[in-house]
Amino acid sequence: MSKQMINMTINGKQIETAKDSTVFQAAQKAGIKIPTLCYLEGKSPMAACRVCVVEIEKVRALAASCSTPVFDGMVVHTNNKRVRDARKIVVELLLSEHEGNCQICDRSDDCELKQLAHDLGIRDISFDGEKTASYEDISTVSLVRDAGKCIKCRRCITACNETQGVGALFPQYRGFETRIGPAFTHQLDAVACVQCGQCAAVCPVGAITERSHIEQVVEALEDPSKTVVVQTAPAIRAALGEAFGMPPGTLVTGKMVSALRQLGFDGIFDTNFTADLTILEEGSELLMRLHAALKEKRDDVALPQYTSCSPGWIQYMEYYFPEIIPNISSCKSPQQMFGALAKTYYAAQKKVDPKDMVVVSIMPCTAKKFEAKRPEMFSSGYQDVDYVLTTRELGSLIKMHGIDFSSLENSEMDSPLGLSSGAADIFANSGGVMEAALRTVYALTTGRNLPTKNLHVKEVSGLKGIKMASVTLTDVVDAWDFLEGVEVKVAVAHGLENASTLVKYSQEHPGELHFIEIMTCPGGCIGGGGQPRFTTDDVRRARIAAIYKEDEGKTIRQSHENPAITEIYERFLEKPLSERSHKLLHTHYHMKEKVHLKEDA
Amino acid sequence: MAEMIDKKQAQGCADCKEELDVSEALPLIDQIIGSFKTTKGALIPILQQTQNLLGYLPEEALLHISRELDTPYSEVTGVVTFYSFFSTVPRGKHVIRVCLGTACYVRGGKQVLDALVRDLNIGVGETTEDRFFSLEVGRCFGACSLAPVVMIDETVHQRIRPDKVHELLAQYRDQDQEEGAHA
Repeated sequence: MSKQMINMTINGKQIETAKDSTVFQAAQKAGIKIPTLCYLEGKSPMAACRVCVVEIEKVRALAASCSTPVFDGMVVHTNNKRVRDARKIVVELLLSEHEGNCQICDRSDDCELKQLAHDLGIRDISFDGEKTASYEDISTVSLVRDAGKCIKCRRCITACNETQGVGALFPQYRGFETRIGPAFTHQLDAVACVQCGQCAAVCPVGAITERSHIEQVVEALEDPSKTVVVQTAPAIRAALGEAFGMPPGTLVTGKMVSALRQLGFDGIFDTNFTADLTILEEGSELLMRLHAALKEKRDDVALPQYTSCSPGWIQYMEYYFPEIIPNISSCKSPQQMFGALAKTYYAAQKKVDPKDMVVVSIMPCTAKKFEAKRPEMFSSGYQDVDYVLTTRELGSLIKMHGIDFSSLENSEMDSPLGLSSGAADIFANSGGVMEAALRTVYALTTGRNLPTKNLHVKEVSGLKGIKMASVTLTDVVDAWDFLEGVEVKVAVAHGLENASTLVKYSQEHPGELHFIEIMTCPGGCIGGGGQPRFTTDDVRRARIAAIYKEDEGKTIRQSHENPAITEIYERFLEKPLSERSHKLLHTHYHMKEKVHLKEDA
Repeated sequence: MAEMIDKKQAQGCADCKEELDVSEALPLIDQIIGSFKTTKGALIPILQQTQNLLGYLPEEALLHISRELDTPYSEVTGVVTFYSFFSTVPRGKHVIRVCLGTACYVRGGKQVLDALVRDLNIGVGETTEDRFFSLEVGRCFGACSLAPVVMIDETVHQRIRPDKVHELLAQYRDQDQEEGAHA
């Protein structure tokens, strides 16, 4: 037996486990499930919900397994009558305070509290306690919080503080009066919330969720005077199936298109199309910066360049690192590029007045709802993207229309805004934008394909928080002679706490990095705040693998090879970074005060 | 000016608290923060000293502390609202804290509090119109053997009965009048 291991018994089963693990982790490893409402994998235990109590022989009181370290010879019972009775009391106490409205709650299909009460066989609540008054905070564009449903498990606080380093949410006041929320229980728009929705992704009940646009979308679809087009983000196709009971990582691209067609959308397009366009614009922008730095030898060039696809990151940067605004790519996100082109290029093609066009996005993200409303996002003369549905909302919309999703046939997206390369698919994964950009930058500057296995850049893929890689450019084509022998150094971070660490690293090592990809959510968009619950690391890995599979299954795998992209430059945009590109596809950013107080009611 | 305030701060004098404007106090709050520069987890002592300086914790001071410590504002207010010691509203000359910890509660702390509410005609967290008394609730002052206890400013009054409350308050009122007469 190694020094670091101990022997213990759980429910009569002898197990060997790491000395520094908790009872909860040891049980999980041994395949014994202990219920919990507050534990989050990889995070420090909160021990707030008390649902994970277990009996430890020779220890008088029951212990919260998530925060109890193991010891050699420990004998644990996770589900005897004493434990079950205690657990029932804990859950009944939670229910006695919980203003659930379960019949009409957004979480009625996947509420962890409701499921646990059911599993424990609770048929009666023995306590008649005071309830926290229901109060809905709809101060932000993306999120709804309801204090009455909150069970104070504090998962959202862990997500907001530890994963994202934002700290918009914290327990306020004390005891029964405790409210989980922004400072002094002000509304969410009073603090520096980036609306990423990671709080909503981990909430076990219906206390935090997205602000629904379902009703508005249904209205638009019913209105014969409107041309309603839809774009779907790459991350949806690897997760939507979960809303219909399919295992994580099931690719449902074709079924999704069929469902959208049945819902009555007039054009079914792909955010992938503008992801390819982003690579052309953002790649050109990077090459321009490198030209200025390496060829013109200018010392005022803002390098490294940072990606700008993730709206939570953009808000975070505006609040926390406004000094790097010049380094942020001026490219709009693919969602907003799509909206601007739909209401100009596509509307003209279809001879539709853009005022009669409604652009709906399906996004894995809550912050995209906020992004669509930013004042910079009206370049068609109208709000470029009208409504944003999360993956979860699309699932609901499909169920609402009685569509049997699993039995749908596959169908294809419409042209021209539905055609994309495999490089666009991988935008969904952390490291994907970087890989897609390297494929194109390498090909454009050397005339050859990226010389890696399957065109992948393995160093920047996967769930490691901060990833770095470099690519040396050799035998470059004449136009890019100044790049001969240059080692392009790139870095990738996901989760805003990791992003903050990487930005600080880059600031302390000026001149080292050339290009940095940041995604707000852990794992990238596949782990977005709008994805079907519940996203664990295993779920993230399954979705990531599905996305790479989608990429590898395509014949065109590099953005610059997408013929629809070539066509739109020829017919409409001229060339990357052209005047029209700048008007429609690029944007600018603003410094924001992170500690501020907005007077609210 | 700074010297004068420092002196008053050391004495914890209630009168001066009214004179000190928050924006005037910001450099002094910076001094407090500066004195904890190398201490990890110094939020609570910084809040304590700031409250000693101003008599309470106005929002402007809390926003300033949040910025300077690079600590989320929600976390700062989370700490302020958790501890009954901290107040975000201006307080009277004398702060009365009634202990409602377990020992004091079972020995009649709640009845003492009710008597004070009646006598002062204010609720918990409020200040009398003449800004003489503020009434607050505390959770254990570590004097359980003397329960129920009431703390007025820094003085612990032991075994208080509801019918003795008026007498207790009168001592402070009389003392104040005496001081006024000497002045």
